[in-house]
Amino acid sequence: MASGNMTLNLKIWRQKHGEAQGKLVDYKVNNVLPEMSFLEMIDVLNEQLVSKGEDAIAFDHDCREGICGMCSMMIDGKAHGGFKNTTTCQVHMRLYKDGDTIVVEPFRAQAFPVVKDLTVDRSALDGIMAAGGYTSANTGNAQDANSILIPKPIADEAMDAAACIGCGACVASCPNGSAMLFMGAKVSQLALLPQGKPEAPKRALNMVMTHDHLGFGNCTTHAECEATCPKGISIEHIARMNREYLKAAFTYFEKKRDE
Amino acid sequence: MGIKLDSKIPSGPLADKWDNYKFDAKLINPANKRKFTVIVVGTGLAGASASATLAELGYNVLSFCIQDSPRRAHSIAAQGGINAAKNYPNDGDSVRRLFYDTVKGGDYRAREANVYRLAQVSNNIIDQMVSQGVPFAREYGGLLDNRSFGGSQVSRTFYARGQTGQQLLLGAYSGMMKMINKGKIKQFNRREMMDLVLVNGQARGIIVRDLVTGKIERYAADAVLMCTGGYGNVFYLSTNAKVSNGSAAWRCYKKGAAFANPCFTQIHPTCIPVHGDFQSKLTLMSESLRNDGRVWVPKKPNDPRKPADIPDEDRDYYLERVYPSFGNLAPRDVSSRQAKYRCDEGLGVGPTGRAVYLDFRDAIKRDGKETIAAKYGNLFEMYERITADNPYETPMMIYPAVHYTMGGLWVDYNLQSTIPGLHVLGEANFSDHGANRLGASALMQGLADGYFVIPYTLGNYFGSTKLEKVTTDHQAFVDAEAAVKQQTEKLLSIKGTRTVDDFHKALGHIMWEKVGMGRTEAGLKEAISGIRKLREEYWQDVNVLGGEDNFNVELHKATRVADFLELGELMALDALERNESCGGHFREEFQTADGEALRNDETFAHAAVWEYTGANSSPIRHKEELVFENVKLATRSYK
Repeated sequence: MASGNMTLNLKIWRQKHGEAQGKLVDYKVNNVLPEMSFLEMIDVLNEQLVSKGEDAIAFDHDCREGICGMCSMMIDGKAHGGFKNTTTCQVHMRLYKDGDTIVVEPFRAQAFPVVKDLTVDRSALDGIMAAGGYTSANTGNAQDANSILIPKPIADEAMDAAACIGCGACVASCPNGSAMLFMGAKVSQLALLPQGKPEAPKRALNMVMTHDHLGFGNCTTHAECEATCPKGISIEHIARMNREYLKAAFTYFEKKRDE
Repeated sequence: MGIKLDSKIPSGPLADKWDNYKFDAKLINPANKRKFTVIVVGTGLAGASASATLAELGYNVLSFCIQDSPRRAHSIAAQGGINAAKNYPNDGDSVRRLFYDTVKGGDYRAREANVYRLAQVSNNIIDQMVSQGVPFAREYGGLLDNRSFGGSQVSRTFYARGQTGQQLLLGAYSGMMKMINKGKIKQFNRREMMDLVLVNGQARGIIVRDLVTGKIERYAADAVLMCTGGYGNVFYLSTNAKVSNGSAAWRCYKKGAAFANPCFTQIHPTCIPVHGDFQSKLTLMSESLRNDGRVWVPKKPNDPRKPADIPDEDRDYYLERVYPSFGNLAPRDVSSRQAKYRCDEGLGVGPTGRAVYLDFRDAIKRDGKETIAAKYGNLFEMYERITADNPYETPMMIYPAVHYTMGGLWVDYNLQSTIPGLHVLGEANFSDHGANRLGASALMQGLADGYFVIPYTLGNYFGSTKLEKVTTDHQAFVDAEAAVKQQTEKLLSIKGTRTVDDFHKALGHIMWEKVGMGRTEAGLKEAISGIRKLREEYWQDVNVLGGEDNFNVELHKATRVADFLELGELMALDALERNESCGGHFREEFQTADGEALRNDETFAHAAVWEYTGANSSPIRHKEELVFENVKLATRSYK
């Protein structure tokens, strides 16, 4: 663990826009303090670049406390830097030492085209959600919240799945560019809860079909997604989704689906 | 000048007002609803719930968000919980008590009728969220669990671990996704609202910047809903997300929407302290921690011992000492001020001396580490990741930070601003929290406005208003777009020597020092002249690189900071004119002998409502007198 000021050598992916050719560019950053977050370190670099008249590095970020899912980045080849249960904004520079070289690239996947530099377009994840990641409960119809009992272990397991922040690290880490962990978490959360059960079969079928159409690959159980997920979401949820899907494929009668 | 403030509070006894309103409201038949288009700016709790619900009713919704997905709005970061008057724990709660606590918690500067309605619909929110699959915390019997929060003596807070805002937002977002799938919501990501477009005095559209291409776009509609959150980032350092800004609201103000109580800012007592100049934001530690954590400072200044080695007799548990009946659950404004007093007295801890301890030692001893971990595990982890200290072994260090803005665009009972057709929901409006918001009430208000209020009041607006057909080639759109482009060109042409962030930090410094937790007449006057000077420098010396036709992050920040440099001045002016202390607004000249806020109900039992009169003239301060018929004005005591 580092203390005192550090100097770091960064290799950062620069790409002007989606169609442009990108490349890694070398930068040296001085005066990095251990208590800085990774993004604050890039802020410092950007201030230096702007002062020199150079274009700032574009990167996605927002809440900077690990919950909005906006920050991304492959750091030394690992999504969010590969630290356990950590998003890029929660990586602190005390994890590095003076003189380290760090390679920073955007999330890469067929379904995530680069927008600029380290920023990618993850709207395909919204596309999966729109295909069924909800219960069809219109506002105003709900009965009293305590009228259906939900055993605590079930509620807790649903919450484990619901903790997904939609950052897409699972996709970026997967050799197949699959969003199965992202999708499995939502299918699983809603399949566990009584409120989600009525639509569970249709949800599983529609979400999986949409996932494939949007350019995400399939799951071949590498489990890289689970290892890299900043919220520690388990691939058990992929297994539950697969069961839901199979069950639905064999038994669901309303087979009219959009192709 | 011409704004008229009519709060349009329905007649009848308090408890019947909302029912009366709903019965009297004009209805739009289902076949006609699809003829109306509504613009919703923002996809936080207020925006997402409004978009989903209006689309379900049949309206066509155009939804805009600044992030890459509607799921990322900053509501997602709310940790602790959401209040409702369910009274499941059977501990004496009721709609009336939630109403009372909220009015009192706001230090009697909120509008009674709005707050009562908020308390009334609070229970529907919990029902709605459960039906959408929000996995609230439950007890072993399968029933929903509750906990207590600051400013209340009942347990009325529902929660989903330490990430309630996330779960609620994802619930509201899922409703939006459902309606996007049905084609009733058209979603526009990475768009920033640059201006409001008025036609015949009515809000009929917006001008936005596509943040990726830089293209300026026009959108027309029959009404515009502003759900754009608060303006806490005027302080540069706050618990808000980096992109949270005040620009959309500010542009509406400059188009004629009155701005109410801009100085009412919430400084949250439990945040991780500032540790360096490079710092980009502050992280909140949920108020729920005060259920089990005890706040203290050493009795001796500069006590060299480790906190764990300081025995109880050398510790000052000051919240328990000063407020024996509420103790560590004193409201946020009160707790923040007490932390400031201790640090001003030289009793603060940590490297900067601007921190106090939040200690779980006794709770762990009483309930066991596992129980505490189950309740707060993710917060403890978050804390350790940032500070490298383990709160199971050593107390957390915390200090107040800017968190929420109670002030915002003025709205009437319909949530309509002074511009017809411009409705304002959630944190962006001023209505429900007075001078101080209680914990777990922001989520409640955002969802109440979006799910249960606007669907009725917007229908009433459409049913009682004549709207001519407007398209985006109307001259008003052409002019508004030209003004936006002109400002962009101006910013890009300055090519000065200082970065945008440099100015933002300088503004934040003024705001925190002079318009922060303790305000004085002299300090506020200095703030006003300091901000004016900074603003002049900004327009001469800011350096915004790059062009307007690409993804230019510096330009995005530059327009927001330009607006903050104006908004900050109005906040200081509002604070200067309010010669009393109330809630989060603490004027040092007005305090009781023991340092509590000294309200002046004779002169200031009103909302200060500001009208824009042009760049070179002073804004006009109007008053909405607040009438308290159901709550007796009293000195707020938590002792």
